[in-house]
Amino acid sequence: MSAAGSSPPVLELAGVTKTYRVKQGLFSKPKPLQAVGGVDLRIRKKDVLGLVGESGCGKSTLAKILLGLEAPTSGRVMVDGIEAAGQDRTLLARRIQPIFQDPYSSLNPRKSIEDIIALPLVVHKVGDSAGRAQAVSKMLDLVGLPQRVRRGYPNQLSGGQRQRVAIARALVMKPEIVICDEPTSALDVSVQSQILNLLGDLREELSLTYLFISHNLAVVEHLATRVAVMYLGRIVEEAPAADLFAEPRHPYTKALLASVLTPDPSMSVPDTHLGASYPNPIAPPGGCHFHPRCAAVRDICKTVPPPHVSSAEGHVDCHLYAERTQAA
Amino acid sequence: MSEEPILAVEGLTIDIPMAQGTLHAVRGIDFELNRGETLCIVGESGSGKSLTSLAVMGLLPKRLECAARKLAFRGTELQGLPASAMRQLRGNRMAMIFQEPMTSLNPAYTIGDQLAEALLLHRRVSKAEARARAVELLGKVGITAAGSRLSQYPHQLSGGLRQRVMIAMALMCEPELVIADEPTTALDVTIQAQILRLLVDLQREMNMAMILVTHDLGVVARVADKVAVMYAGEVVEQGTAKEIFGHPSHPYTQGLLRCIPVPGRTKPGEHLGSIPGIVPSLIGKVEGCAFRTRCDLAESACAKPVPIHRTQGGHAWRCIHSRTKKADTERMPA
Repeated sequence: MSAAGSSPPVLELAGVTKTYRVKQGLFSKPKPLQAVGGVDLRIRKKDVLGLVGESGCGKSTLAKILLGLEAPTSGRVMVDGIEAAGQDRTLLARRIQPIFQDPYSSLNPRKSIEDIIALPLVVHKVGDSAGRAQAVSKMLDLVGLPQRVRRGYPNQLSGGQRQRVAIARALVMKPEIVICDEPTSALDVSVQSQILNLLGDLREELSLTYLFISHNLAVVEHLATRVAVMYLGRIVEEAPAADLFAEPRHPYTKALLASVLTPDPSMSVPDTHLGASYPNPIAPPGGCHFHPRCAAVRDICKTVPPPHVSSAEGHVDCHLYAERTQAA
Repeated sequence: MSEEPILAVEGLTIDIPMAQGTLHAVRGIDFELNRGETLCIVGESGSGKSLTSLAVMGLLPKRLECAARKLAFRGTELQGLPASAMRQLRGNRMAMIFQEPMTSLNPAYTIGDQLAEALLLHRRVSKAEARARAVELLGKVGITAAGSRLSQYPHQLSGGLRQRVMIAMALMCEPELVIADEPTTALDVTIQAQILRLLVDLQREMNMAMILVTHDLGVVARVADKVAVMYAGEVVEQGTAKEIFGHPSHPYTQGLLRCIPVPGRTKPGEHLGSIPGIVPSLIGKVEGCAFRTRCDLAESACAKPVPIHRTQGGHAWRCIHSRTKKADTERMPA
């Protein structure tokens, strides 16, 4: 939130798109499915960018592109101002590491905890075996696991402990950027808070930058410094977290925030007015993709794609705000 | 309250025989549910909340040992009821909505067939009547073009639509009791709010009793009349939603409420509360308060049988402390 334009972004996406070709039937031609449609994003050092949106909106595809697991169809990904496409993938992998949602399936059940945490070092040929063992000890301390678990296996650990192992594995290469894809949604409430606290502490301690993907908006509000709201492959609003939660602008952001269930027994279940269901990404609605579900829809929204309205601290893609800025 | 409760449970225990000994998964729980009421059972994984709901429906696997002083549906004792009589009740006067609609719907039958099945089984209706009722209910749960949906298969529907079909299916015979086990956990937040709104509206309209099993305290606060907090197979605290969230009295309930970020109350970036330690093993004899290993108010007395405190309003909690000092001072903002 402070010093908005001062530091250069550690991670920058410019016009990134990803189109898959999906077959719908035996004899029909594959149809294009645009999972990510022109995303511009800048993440500065030590930022926590919360990426929110419904399932199928392209959050995870975006994460895969950042991790180099998928190549973008078009557009550029830049790390520290250097284009990622031409570089060796292992160089990027040293700087960007993932933490996945389900620690039950993201850890190899046949490897010991020590082997799991040390694997990135082995892959990247860092250090000798003594050095790796030392790195593992350090990592276990860092994520709050006792040293005795190092010879254990994932099935001997609880869900929270497994997620700590996954965090240790992600951090052992000393990355600058960590992509957290729903890191706490598979965990119990009491464990979730421990992992969130740990992620917050590690960010301070190691000056980490997070891309934090989550559908739990209360968690995003708690941890994120900036928030990007994604709908059908596009980022429809981006702003500092405090601003976005205090004053959401895009009608979709408003609907998302309205559907958050805070533990307040004096309130009942909200009516989000998101009548129609999520659109089919193979045949997205014309104009603004959100218009069939939008409470503030106008005629122009049905035919003309929304303008990109920038402000000092972020942007919103919506016709509602275009006119106001023009008038002002 | 003079009316007979829809469901009365007293001293329910569920044991799981294991190689290492007996696992006491549910250890003597009591609750009552009246017409039109919603009870939320909240707890973390392994607390026994799902087993409890399965026990009420008579759907526990055979190898589990289930016993209770009383397990009565509208005054009829369910224990020892012949299987045929239980089948008469299940899906008819009491129905269940499961968490994962994709695994609980049969992929090989159309939506229409699966919806009509319950009605054809329990009521003397023609196929045409059953289909008409299916269309009516699909409309009620907010599915557009209901008639054309009947010939579709589950895989052709989105997650939210499948969950709506599950709800419609449970309500086909206008049950008096509905048990929903994490009905919205697998869904997006926007869909979650819609489905919950729908459940609450239908429950009011049909004046059903509902048990909602969940781990989401936000859902509990918004939906529940009564709340039962389960920990390690016991109900550690029970009361109205207002009491549980306004004056949580068991250290576990207090701990849970401190763990979740609450917009406006927890400061962004600040440490959330946590409950250190892990749930104890429930294999073999379990004595005293099961939470004492993780409780910062634990004393030696906690290892002995724990009294239950009750207020006049029916708020009850199982703890040696009558009302823990931390309770009101820490939770309630000035």
